[in-house]
Amino acid sequence: MATISTPTTGHRALPATNRLREILDWEAIRMLCQRDLIRFGRERTQLYGSLARTVLWLFILGAGLRGSVRVPGNISYLEFVFPGMMAMAIIFASLQSAISIIFDREFGFLKEILVAPVSRSSVVLGKALSGAIIATVQGTVLFIFAPFVGVYPNPLTILACIGVMLLIGLGLTGMGIMIAARMTSFEGFGTINNFIVLPLYFTSAAQFPLTGAPHWLQVLARANPLTYAVDLLRGLLVNVWTYNVAIDLTVLTVFAVIVLCGATWMFTRQE
Amino acid sequence: MATITLPALAATITAPPSGSDAAIEVNGLVRTFGNFTAVDGISFAVRHGEVFGFLGPNGAGKSTTIKMLCTLLRPTAGSARVNGYDVAREQSRVRQSIGVIFQDYSLDDRITAEENLRFHCMIYHVPADVREERIAQMLEMVNLSDRRKDKVRQFSGGMKRRLEIARGLLHHPAVLFLDEPTVGLDPQTRQNIWEHIHALRVREGITVFMTTHYMDEAENCDRIAIMDHAHMIALDTPAALKAGVGGDVVRLKTAHNDDARAFLIAHYALEPTIEDGVLRFEVADGGAFVPQLLRELPTAVQSVDIARPTLNDVFLGMTGRVIREEGAEGNARLRDSLRRRGGRA
Repeated sequence: MATISTPTTGHRALPATNRLREILDWEAIRMLCQRDLIRFGRERTQLYGSLARTVLWLFILGAGLRGSVRVPGNISYLEFVFPGMMAMAIIFASLQSAISIIFDREFGFLKEILVAPVSRSSVVLGKALSGAIIATVQGTVLFIFAPFVGVYPNPLTILACIGVMLLIGLGLTGMGIMIAARMTSFEGFGTINNFIVLPLYFTSAAQFPLTGAPHWLQVLARANPLTYAVDLLRGLLVNVWTYNVAIDLTVLTVFAVIVLCGATWMFTRQE
Repeated sequence: MATITLPALAATITAPPSGSDAAIEVNGLVRTFGNFTAVDGISFAVRHGEVFGFLGPNGAGKSTTIKMLCTLLRPTAGSARVNGYDVAREQSRVRQSIGVIFQDYSLDDRITAEENLRFHCMIYHVPADVREERIAQMLEMVNLSDRRKDKVRQFSGGMKRRLEIARGLLHHPAVLFLDEPTVGLDPQTRQNIWEHIHALRVREGITVFMTTHYMDEAENCDRIAIMDHAHMIALDTPAALKAGVGGDVVRLKTAHNDDARAFLIAHYALEPTIEDGVLRFEVADGGAFVPQLLRELPTAVQSVDIARPTLNDVFLGMTGRVIREEGAEGNARLRDSLRRRGGRA
């Protein structure tokens, strides 16, 4: 019988605890973002899908609706709907990013992250940030359609829009993570996607103005965070406001903070 | 299924674990899921540098235990310490101390082998200046250096496992957990992975805690804990466990089985049975007994088979059942469906 001497080590010493890193682990956040960006960069289907959707909704649905929809301000229907398309790209991309958590759970990679010495808040923030960045890339790409709809933003406006898209992206991905944290099957998420994405979109005044809409619809719109996102983008791009910058930014920031905290809580509770 | 032969390592164990100095210490650990008790008050200690095996049929509570030790599940009652840290109260410290290889693959197969390892270094805070060197080292160890730039989806099951072992060791953990590390792999790959594990333990002084339901694999462990129905029913070296079973099983085929049987009863007070034309009896040392018997037996022997007791015999002796080696595919599917029902496994 072979005898192999085993080193009789005591407990393995660990580096001192880093208090800040217990809450915000920047390297882990960077890792989660890098990973998603690498995947997004290599698999272009998501980007092409977003472009195709925009062409469909903007130029086909838009062409069909332009005659029958009266829009506020002195702008065309295409100008009106263009910021809405941007919001739509953000909401689709954000929820898609959140869905990837379900894939990661199904294919095991989530375990690699959950067993690592990384705080749950950092996992949620990293995931939300990567979702927001990817969503913002998809939203920003839509500026190539701007000249076709008669919108000519200056670089500063584009920069402001990018900031706004990041903020909305954080909130919407955070919301998606909250849902995905409790979900174990793709089918369930698909259903919720349909029950959340489209209702949020239709009650946000992205596709048509809600000025003449019934009261209950206006109440829904006011409770919908996407309404303020659409308002902010539309205000920046074609200068038509329902609310104002301060209200929009406040609502979107509060929404993002609440869902991110909620998502962290749900992730912690899972164990 | 082929038998995996490796030098037995049982001889190294001498001193008992000295209390708080154990690599893993478990006291009265319990985990329930609703009315179901997956782990029912188990206690044991794993020494530093030991290869410790958790053996038992599917659903015995092995994976639940490993999940609690890895901080992925909270114990319902009892306590456990890994590398001296409490799994419920010092989760972050426990996570820093361990490497985990899960039963199901946990790689991102859309990115390259190298990227998987680099990302692991980031979430485990491996110092930036040693990362590339360690990645190269680990890839070398598992013979995947030439595939480092390939996407993991192009890898075979064995390659994925090896990459996971490399990944699990990048941050130099004190304890390596392996949950059914070789399920679904071919015998050659399994043997290869075992060679890696033994090499590691010698080189890095790492403590290895693994679960398996493959009997022949459990033989590679220094000590084995046998789990059944949420309880730990035995804990000892493989040799000691098998020694507890009794003797070797001898199967003898002769020209005149009845004469041979009468001879065995008369001269050795054995109680041979005849099954399918084969005499079967148990003796303490089959290897010494059979040559002697061959000289004395009045009838011609046609074939002899001496079987040493296996861990399966140990489990059989303790529970009256054998551990079935089910197909990995079926297992995975069953496990998934259980998991989806909010279950255990």
